[in-house]
Amino acid sequence: MNIYQEELLDHYENPSNYGTLPNPDISHEEDNPLCGDQIRIDLLVEDDKIKEVRFCGHGCTISLAAASMLTEEIEGKSLDEVKQLSKDDILDMIGIPLGPVRLKCALLPLKVLKAGAYGITSWPGEEDK
Amino acid sequence: MHTSEFRPLDVERIRKDFPIFATEPPLAFLDNAASTQTPRPVVDAMDAYYDTYRSNIHRGIYRISEEATEQYERAREKVAQLINAPRTRQVIFTRNTTESINLVAYSWGTENIREGDEIVLTVMEHHSNLVPWQLLAQRTGAVLRFLEITDEGLLDFAQLRDCLTEKTKLVAMGHVSNVLGTINPIQSVIDAAHAVGAKVVVDAAQSVPHFHVDVQQLDCDFLAFSGHKMCGPTGIGVLYGKMELLEEMPPFLGGGSMIRSVERDISSYAELPAKFEAGTPSIAEAIGLGQAVDYITQANLAAIHVHEQELLKYAHQRLKEIEGITLYGPSAPHQKTGVISFNLDGIHPHDVAGILDTHGVALRAGHHCAQPLMKRLDVIATVRASFYLYNTVEDVDRLYEGLCRTQKLMTRRK
Ligand SMILES: Cc1ncc(COP(=O)(O)O)c(C=O)c1O
Repeated sequence: MNIYQEELLDHYENPSNYGTLPNPDISHEEDNPLCGDQIRIDLLVEDDKIKEVRFCGHGCTISLAAASMLTEEIEGKSLDEVKQLSKDDILDMIGIPLGPVRLKCALLPLKVLKAGAYGITSWPGEEDK
Repeated sequence: MHTSEFRPLDVERIRKDFPIFATEPPLAFLDNAASTQTPRPVVDAMDAYYDTYRSNIHRGIYRISEEATEQYERAREKVAQLINAPRTRQVIFTRNTTESINLVAYSWGTENIREGDEIVLTVMEHHSNLVPWQLLAQRTGAVLRFLEITDEGLLDFAQLRDCLTEKTKLVAMGHVSNVLGTINPIQSVIDAAHAVGAKVVVDAAQSVPHFHVDVQQLDCDFLAFSGHKMCGPTGIGVLYGKMELLEEMPPFLGGGSMIRSVERDISSYAELPAKFEAGTPSIAEAIGLGQAVDYITQANLAAIHVHEQELLKYAHQRLKEIEGITLYGPSAPHQKTGVISFNLDGIHPHDVAGILDTHGVALRAGHHCAQPLMKRLDVIATVRASFYLYNTVEDVDRLYEGLCRTQKLMTRRK
């Protein structure tokens, strides 16, 4: 299966929720030291629910597509629900197998989200390593 | 040297020594600056050790241990000949270039570098020839100074004169840039450094595998390289040093093999090279490296260089046909080795390498352990193709075609 299939490229070319929020409750940015990719996520939270979300940054197809899919997934969800999202959920969204390097690209948006919203700084999937 | 016997490479025959190229279509392996493939004779030499005389060296009083010691020391002789070291014991086996440079930084550096001394580097250094000097500077209060590069990716040699003063104690420089392929004017740098009394460490990780390097002619004080970038195995590297420097330097790691006698509180140390080879070394890997030295010298380093130059010229010409490509580094092939760094407009280097991978072309994308250079080039990362003796014009064609397809795929609707 090809990494560069239509669905990913669609997200890459027309990402959902791309941009920033004027007065976010949470705004967090991180980069992937391996490749310099950089993702920022802004959240507007109301009644413990994610009311609005935007992301911006630069990166490869995988990291930007993952950010686009992730933001679609979490809009309207409660912070508790979102906290449960795991590495496997991201891989399910991406829908194709990834090698270890590209895996980091795919997980960067979730890492940014979890660090910003819950102060969890480890890479998804490596919490207890 | 046998320059009169120059024969061009028989690439077709060489490729038969590398099982990894046996598939159809063959892997187009263009990441040789990171690590090269291993030919059958090198693997066979290591297998022979494991299958027939596996034992520790230097201590055993039985036949196979003597043979292991002999083969290990034979490998050292081959390396010494390759770089024309005056004496075999000036060749110290380490794990890799990184460890060789750290050895110098800790052992020589801690003894000889004082607060206010200056260490001259360049902006194109690999992190392994940068971070050890940062650590040394932090320990001692020494100051790091950096030589810049021109927009062409060449060392700004004029700046060297201003940089070198009586404060300069050390110049540490890559012979060849792993990102740009630039061959630095290392001879002139060494001469200029010696004129102010500074020592010179040459990071030869990207030069020794690709052309003939002669430490006596260069008159460098230290030279470091890795086996795995020259058809050898991983886990074995080399540090060459001038005799009087190595003899005065304190040990780097303490342990077995590096001692003469040990009392409770104090020990005296073994002669070179054992003083710097504490513990059981990478025996099979050293033997493999010795075989790799034979392999590339039999292929002929001059012929390897010419072959890479031809591939480079062809690759430059083909890649320049691509609209929206930016090539980094010198444009004249004779100023560089077979390394090409580039970017395609608006396409992330990871995506380029990822798509090329699906076409069986192995490239590197990233900062190539040279972040200061990425800053200087004003890029986050580049894509890099790098050649060795087994690469072919077809590999370059596949690179070219893959890049064209990448552009089509990634700019469908833009
Ligand atoms: C110029 C240069 N210096 C140092 C190194 C480090 O080599 P090693 O990782 O084998 O220690 C490399 C290889 O990546 C290199 O290209």
